[in-house]
Amino acid sequence: MNRTVNITVNGVAYQETVPIRMLLVDFIRDRLGLTGTHISCTYEGRCGACTVQVNGEAVKSCMLLAVQADGDSVTTIEGLSKDGQPHPLQQTFNEHHALQCGYCTPGILMNIEEFLRKNPRPSETEIRHALIGNICRCTGYVHIVEAIAAAADRMR
Amino acid sequence: MHDFRYHRPSSVDEAVKLLAGKSDARVMAGGMTLIPTLKQRLAKLTDVIDLAAIKELKGIKVEGKAVTIGAMTPHHEVASSIAVKKAIPALAALAAGIGDPHVRHRGTIGGAVANNDPTADYTAAVLALNATVKTNKRSIAADSFFKGLFETALGEGELITAVSFPVVDKAAYMKFANPASRYAIVGVFVAKSGASVRTAVTGAASCVFRCAPIETALAKSFAPEAIASVMIDGKDFNSDIHASAEYRAHLVRVMAQRAVAAAA
Repeated sequence: MNRTVNITVNGVAYQETVPIRMLLVDFIRDRLGLTGTHISCTYEGRCGACTVQVNGEAVKSCMLLAVQADGDSVTTIEGLSKDGQPHPLQQTFNEHHALQCGYCTPGILMNIEEFLRKNPRPSETEIRHALIGNICRCTGYVHIVEAIAAAADRMR
Repeated sequence: MHDFRYHRPSSVDEAVKLLAGKSDARVMAGGMTLIPTLKQRLAKLTDVIDLAAIKELKGIKVEGKAVTIGAMTPHHEVASSIAVKKAIPALAALAAGIGDPHVRHRGTIGGAVANNDPTADYTAAVLALNATVKTNKRSIAADSFFKGLFETALGEGELITAVSFPVVDKAAYMKFANPASRYAIVGVFVAKSGASVRTAVTGAASCVFRCAPIETALAKSFAPEAIASVMIDGKDFNSDIHASAEYRAHLVRVMAQRAVAAAA
């Protein structure tokens, strides 16, 4: 069964008819071709690689249906940079070597962008607590935490 | 995922009408349990009735000596509510520790309580704080609400509309969390109101339960030492790759002691 939805993604309004059982992550990747949102744990909701923001809040896009986002505004990693300039998080992740394979990175950035908006002066403990839903299997988190702290400094 | 019809009613009455007469229809709150269940084809439904657009089910009210939380209020709203932090800080802290930020944005108190997962956090708060579960039909006392593994007193066509928590003198929730999922391997909520102490344990057994030996000891003396030698009978406790029943029994006492020490 299908349903027509109106979803704004990165500021662009889309009207699409989608299968009701289509997950938001598949809508973003397969329907819109925005493949920066990754699928790592094969839709189990465990890894956080598919994190996007729905109305400014981080969610795992494999944990909701596209029809649930009808009327909502979605931001993906492709919508993070502004005016061709990398977001401060993208800069500091680069400078602090906060990624190796990079597969988890878009999800982490979409989660942490919201976190820093709400908590501009986080402690290391708070940063680590905020990362619970995003799994990285390369770096061991030390550089990720350092990059987030550096981005927080730069954004203040 | 099997195919199904999707509905998005704007009132409780409309949701109940959509449910009527459909044996394989389910309401969906945040979907943090239902969506994974559907993905794994553990359920085959004809209709999913999404409660997300029902405004009357959202919001937090603090009136007199009670905090009432609408069923569709997400965990992060409870966690960050200044009113909840002031009235029942333990409840806000519990909500802040559920899952991860992503789950807290979507998951709701109504969904968590109605699902009655044996390792859920909120169920312990409902039981220990002696909350009242409000539905479209009646009010149900916490002691009569949780019936067993994923089982509650909710009947057909009955939806949780809100949960009302009385403000207590002191309370705290401590959990030994699964490091990956943050579900409670064992969680203990302790609440003191006047001379009465209620303790609810989640994660340890098939359903959240009150722990009489701990309550009795804490009613005499509300201090961690008062329960240092209390023996917890773990013969019916869960035993899995995360923890044996004996270990869970040990954790019940340890988490209860930590909760008493932290109670505010």
